[in-house]
Amino acid sequence: MCDRLEGLVTSTPTGRRSRLDPEPIPRRDFLGLSSTFTAAAALLFATVGMLRLPKAAVLPVPARKFRVTVPETLPLGAAFQPPGRNVAVVRDADGVFAVSLICTHLGCIVKPSATGFDCPCHGSKFAPDGSVTHGPAPVALNWIEMAGADGEYTVDESVTVAQGTRINA
Amino acid sequence: MSVGTAAPQGLRTFWENLRRAPERFRASMFRGGAPTSDRTRSSFVFGNVFLHLHAVRTHRWSLRWAATWGLGIASLAAFLLTVITGVLLMFYYKPYPSVAYDSMKDIHFVVPTGRFIRNIHRWAGNVMVVTVILHMARVFFTAAYRAPREYNWVIGLILLVVTLGLAFTGYLLPWDQLAYWAITIGANIAQSPREVTDALSITPYFDPGGLQKLLLLGSTEVGEEALIRFYLLHVMVLPIALLMLLAVHFWRVRKDGGLAKPADADERLPPPDIHEYPVFTEEPHKTYQIAAVVKGTSPSVGHGPEQTVPSMPHLFYAEAGVFMLTAALSVALALWIDAPLKELANPLVPENPAKAPWYFLGLQELVAFSAFMGGIGIPSIVILGLALIPFLDRETTGTGDWFAGPGGQALVRQALLVGTLSALAVEALVINFGWLREWFPGVPQLVVTAVNPGTVITAIYAAYSMWLVKRFNSARAGAMGLFTCFLCGFVILTAIGTYFRGPNWEFFWSPSQWPGH
Repeated sequence: MCDRLEGLVTSTPTGRRSRLDPEPIPRRDFLGLSSTFTAAAALLFATVGMLRLPKAAVLPVPARKFRVTVPETLPLGAAFQPPGRNVAVVRDADGVFAVSLICTHLGCIVKPSATGFDCPCHGSKFAPDGSVTHGPAPVALNWIEMAGADGEYTVDESVTVAQGTRINA
Repeated sequence: MSVGTAAPQGLRTFWENLRRAPERFRASMFRGGAPTSDRTRSSFVFGNVFLHLHAVRTHRWSLRWAATWGLGIASLAAFLLTVITGVLLMFYYKPYPSVAYDSMKDIHFVVPTGRFIRNIHRWAGNVMVVTVILHMARVFFTAAYRAPREYNWVIGLILLVVTLGLAFTGYLLPWDQLAYWAITIGANIAQSPREVTDALSITPYFDPGGLQKLLLLGSTEVGEEALIRFYLLHVMVLPIALLMLLAVHFWRVRKDGGLAKPADADERLPPPDIHEYPVFTEEPHKTYQIAAVVKGTSPSVGHGPEQTVPSMPHLFYAEAGVFMLTAALSVALALWIDAPLKELANPLVPENPAKAPWYFLGLQELVAFSAFMGGIGIPSIVILGLALIPFLDRETTGTGDWFAGPGGQALVRQALLVGTLSALAVEALVINFGWLREWFPGVPQLVVTAVNPGTVITAIYAAYSMWLVKRFNSARAGAMGLFTCFLCGFVILTAIGTYFRGPNWEFFWSPSQWPGH
């Protein structure tokens, strides 16, 4: 901007700009622009600040940790559903693991089926280990943290673990 | 004793004033007097805060049924019906989980006329969605979005989005199974940008999806926080937004020169019928003044008011007629079909199939291909494309005529065919042979997100539209093709979602083939 105005500004012999030379930007325009930008910035920050309120910091969800007793009679590869929980506990040849029944597509509850798990809402299908085999689900079902041994376990639905994390049974 | 003689006089005046108070109140309300002459008919309009959104005179072209089919006014009428019935429902409705469901049962079974009022609320909402879409189609096909009305077209699009938002927030409130699972799905659509951020492994650093869901639900799952938020949006935020946008929308109709009409509308209209209100009943010493500078070609710019009639009574009676018809339709539907109320929400068992209301089933069909593309990507592309139309179509021929522009009705017929067949072909392919994940197991999610039946249909429509632009050398021709295809896609996807999807969202020719479950 200064380059563009150089020709307009006459220089005094000492090289200093004269008080009478036109200003690079008129003072009133400068003040006007500054106030406009200040007001816009204040408005922006106020809006962002107000969005802090609806973004909850404490989530009103109950604790998701619970105990489960897996029946002795559960066949290998079958899923056991603790009542009232959206979790399936599966025993296979390598051990026991818990997998979330909440579909990774849009949050419906999948149902155990002969081939693994099927989602009723949009037709996603999952293998017994939770991998997607069909439909729109973008990622595998979450595996859930589990501790304990010999059919008595604690499961925490709110903690996911890497696929393949089993407890040896 | 001058007071003694003045008192009876004062009393007489008092009684006389009291007697005439109702008459004077009426005169003060309608300041110009009864609308019997040109002058008082005009002041009837500009002296009333609500009516003066209209011009005092209306062009006879705009009063023909075929000019608008009254669809904009019908949308407004449906909206007012939902406001009135909605306020009535708020007397009994309690926005708290399970209590909400009980209060819905009360409204349905105990509250006097409760079921009837709720039915009207539900049906007027449905009517509003339909009339808003048809109104948009009318404006599009008569090329009424063109300059100087581009801005109002964009406002209209935002009104469409707000209307759908009102419909969506409304159906969480009953807290039944439909409500719970529809909102679970909706909130997860808001979260679906994670489909992309997860695939790029950047979700821990950049998570707009998670933020959107958190803002919408106030929690990670649908519960009391979500219900109060949806209630707030439904009864306060969205209606106020809609009202403010409506004010702008109506005001701009007036300021952009009334309804769009052909430049030669005056000549094409037959002379006024002898029984119609004559154009001028009084000696025109002075016609009405133009009180503001109005952009565009209003009836009063450049030519005389010969083909205009006073808005009172012609326009207002027509509008009142549309109001009555819309109300009659909503009430008839309300008497005929009850608004559904399913069993209490159960977070453990989704309905199978879990279907949204009909106007979202096209979207549900799309999200069954990809949550992000179907729920956010394609709708955004469609809205953006529609918003761009008036800025790309800068032509002027045919404005105000149905199916104006190069190609005309033949082009629309062809576009109907292309739009219908391409959507059906892609659907038939995916229903019979599956899609990428069935053909190449292990295909990366980003590929599925980018290339799925929804995006393929969208791409076909866009390509066809560009071909039309090239063939007719006209942006209007491309827009006609695109808009017609968009309507076809909406209808076909909605029909498939409504009638041909069953348990696990599988394809069935009829619900009678659904397996027992």
